[in-house]
Amino acid sequence: MILAEVLKRFPKKKEYLIEILLEYQKQKETHHFEEHELKEIANYLNIPESRVCSVVGFYTFFSTEPRGKYIFQICRDLPCQLNDNFDLLSSIQMILGIKVGETTQDGLFTLEYTSCLGHCDKSPAIRVNDKIHGSLSLNKLKAIVAECKEKENA
Amino acid sequence: MPKIKINNLEIFADPGSTILEAAKEHNINIPTLCYYPDLHINSDCRICSVEIVGQKGLVTACSTPVKDGMDIKVNSPRALNARRTITEMILANHDAHCTTCIRNLNCELQTLADNLGIDATRYENILEPKAIDTSSYSLVRNPNRCIKCGRCIDVCQSVQSVSVLEIIGRGRESVVSPAYGKLIADVFCTYCGQCSSVCPVGAITEKDDTDEVWKALDAHSKHVIVQVAPAIRVSLGEDLGLPLGSIVTGKLISALKMLGFSKVFDTNFTADLTVIEEGHELINRISNKGVLPLITSCCPAWINFAEHEYPELIDNLSTCKSPQQMFGALAKTYYAKRENIDPKDIYVVSIMPCTAKKTEARRPEMSVNNEDPDVDTVLTTRELAKMIKQMGIDFNNLRESNFDKPDEVTSGAGAIFGASGGVMEAALRTVKEVLENKPLKILDFEQVRGTEHIRHADVEINGATYKVAIVNTLGSAREIAEQVKTGNSPYSFIEIMACPGGCVGGGGQPYGTTHAKARERMHSLYQVDRLSKIRKAHDNPAVSNLYTSFLGNPSSSIAHELLHTHYTNKR
Repeated sequence: MILAEVLKRFPKKKEYLIEILLEYQKQKETHHFEEHELKEIANYLNIPESRVCSVVGFYTFFSTEPRGKYIFQICRDLPCQLNDNFDLLSSIQMILGIKVGETTQDGLFTLEYTSCLGHCDKSPAIRVNDKIHGSLSLNKLKAIVAECKEKENA
Repeated sequence: MPKIKINNLEIFADPGSTILEAAKEHNINIPTLCYYPDLHINSDCRICSVEIVGQKGLVTACSTPVKDGMDIKVNSPRALNARRTITEMILANHDAHCTTCIRNLNCELQTLADNLGIDATRYENILEPKAIDTSSYSLVRNPNRCIKCGRCIDVCQSVQSVSVLEIIGRGRESVVSPAYGKLIADVFCTYCGQCSSVCPVGAITEKDDTDEVWKALDAHSKHVIVQVAPAIRVSLGEDLGLPLGSIVTGKLISALKMLGFSKVFDTNFTADLTVIEEGHELINRISNKGVLPLITSCCPAWINFAEHEYPELIDNLSTCKSPQQMFGALAKTYYAKRENIDPKDIYVVSIMPCTAKKTEARRPEMSVNNEDPDVDTVLTTRELAKMIKQMGIDFNNLRESNFDKPDEVTSGAGAIFGASGGVMEAALRTVKEVLENKPLKILDFEQVRGTEHIRHADVEINGATYKVAIVNTLGSAREIAEQVKTGNSPYSFIEIMACPGGCVGGGGQPYGTTHAKARERMHSLYQVDRLSKIRKAHDNPAVSNLYTSFLGNPSSSIAHELLHTHYTNKR
């Protein structure tokens, strides 16, 4: 997906920054931004590059590091920590075989932290790409990973 | 008028004013930290939290408008506790080695902590040391001292429209930095230094070159001379305990002599020279249908801005070097020859109100022998004040001295270069008189004076009317530059200065510089002009002498070689 094609679909107004970022990151295979891309977006919207960089740095769903196909984001905020009775972090690290901030060799999974997902009522919760999974247990977690793998093998 | 109570004192507040403004109006002090008079209100730090009786949460005084009947307790136990807690938390993530910080005893965080009586903190220091950015000749960024108040970001974005600095990252991990955590030297920074001027702590400062100067002064083989920019004489006093706007020219010269400089010269002299050269350039362009508007080139931050953002305008820029660089070039040629000193042994120091001048002095074009810089080291007003303190000089009780001969004669026109509108007025005095070939009746061009960021005036010369504009701040420069770029500029001549109010509000001036303070310094500069025996650059006999004995005519080939320069498209 070429950035210029994504940009073409949005008005040249700064309020479209986040929508553009979300759309392009989703389309891009590595789900991350490179410096020249952020510069191009800044030029398109006529806003400072530092501003774009700041927005990308603020929101945990954006990344400047290449990522896998399935991005597992673990909520780091209080309710999720309090309601976690099976050590979600260690479990997911074990299941995926990677640490937070890493991507599996096959490029399938990336593990990251995120700020509150807004699903404290179903804590502990994680996000996998666009989908939130709440009220997690160890089995549920295993099932989520298995489902991803199944999709790949299908 | 809303009737409110602050600390039990009943007052009538201006409608629409904030609690902070109302309190200030009635001499009630509410502590602040991120608030700065000329910048946006972000209420980032929450230090100005106050309690309103009957309201559940605390409110920030800087951003809360007064309402009739408000009963405000600035120092209620709850407000005081919040303020203390916030301060202690800031200190827990701050490199608080105060005695070895450039802002020691001149730091807003330190003052706040002192006023709150913080003598112990409840929180462990969790600072993770980060690299200090010393990549540029002008500015040093020390993230370990940054308290993330956001002033530097605001001034860089909304006043200067340069937007180099931003908050990068989130929460505890956030830092104030150029995009991608790059070094200042690797992004488009104009080095105007306004960030260093508004920083409440020692997180962004000028690159301190005082040690270089001490070393040069100590080297007996060197003939160390110094030039002093117009704006220093009306601001230095503030850093040495004198009232705002004090004119300290004589004491300043004495202090420089005591520091060990062999000769003390006035940059006003080369400011006069700039008027002659730039005036002739304007006359030439007008009579020969050259590129107009002509835009001034004295301000190095504006030049950096133009080279990066508006390279289309390079032909509009005056080819004149700034007064600082004209002085440097002459010092290592004319002066060296006259005094019979090897230019290699002459060491030129400038005292400037500016951090961008440090980088300007390092431009490769600014070297007459294509090897050594013409100006060896540039110090800001603040650095000079530091040296005077280091030397233990009792500045206030110094006797007054004069600038060194024979170039001690300068005009009032040179002096007002330090104020926004000054270069314009100085040039107009010369251009009008030269073109009309009769003495000017009125020397004061009141219509070009002031502090508004964009001003314009119609000037009549020989029956024709010329439109001129005076611009200060780079945000306003962008507006005017857009006009010129699109061919819609009605002006013949434009003066642009990067800092609010011109050099009197420069990024190297004493900390706490505001528009109001810059205005006071400006008044003092116009007073220097009024009291000058000579008020037109072309009447300065020392300048005429320089032309007869060395340069020939304005715009001569030697004048071009030494006093003019060229610019580069850096987009």
